[in-house]
Amino acid sequence: METGSSTAPSRSQGRLGRDVQAKIGNQLRAIYDDVVKEGVPDRFIDLLRRLDKQDEKGSES
Amino acid sequence: MTLDPSVRDAVLAAVPSLRAFAISLCGNVDRADDLVQETLLRALANINSFEPGSNMPAWLFTILRNLFRSEYRKRRREVEDADGTYAQSLKSQPEQSGHVEFQEFRAALAKLPPDQREALILVGASGFSYEEAADICGCAVGTIKSRVNRARARLADMLSIESMEDFGPDVATRAILAGTTSR
Repeated sequence: METGSSTAPSRSQGRLGRDVQAKIGNQLRAIYDDVVKEGVPDRFIDLLRRLDKQDEKGSES
Repeated sequence: MTLDPSVRDAVLAAVPSLRAFAISLCGNVDRADDLVQETLLRALANINSFEPGSNMPAWLFTILRNLFRSEYRKRRREVEDADGTYAQSLKSQPEQSGHVEFQEFRAALAKLPPDQREALILVGASGFSYEEAADICGCAVGTIKSRVNRARARLADMLSIESMEDFGPDVATRAILAGTTSR
């Protein structure tokens, strides 16, 4: 692992304020939740339905 | 194959966050959806190795991550500029959150080393514990912790976030705060 590979004089290395962490966390979750909110696209529902019905051994991996 | 309905539901329930994770890994929605599809095929083919009652999301995330890693390694050999392609593909992604704030954040996220990005997302967005994230990534808990810390520190540097005051044009609040200190 590379440690201390900072090029900038970062005094925040390692120790960040709670507010900074919260801000990063909020943005991260906002981006992530945008996708989560899209729910399950039909292609995956169809895929599971198809696989589920493959009682005759249709192994296709 | 006949799927136990409860297993089927658990798999489907994990799909939205699997997609979010996949997009954050490869930075491209179409590729991410292919990765999720591959993950589901792989998972269902090996459904017998899933212990009923154990953590379905973590199991699926592990499969997805391993698939991505093997693909990533292959690609890396072909194209040396992995970060560059990631950044490029991000640009072609349709805007989800249109704010400038998010564009900057996305760009900064894309510049993180993959290990750090993945650890930060698992813990900070997917809501896994450090222990679960360590299982998913096949490494020690301490490694996950330090990756998450380094990821945060780097993001803070890149976005030059140092304190809450850097955010939002919340001048009024600051004025009030300043006022209270100098009475």
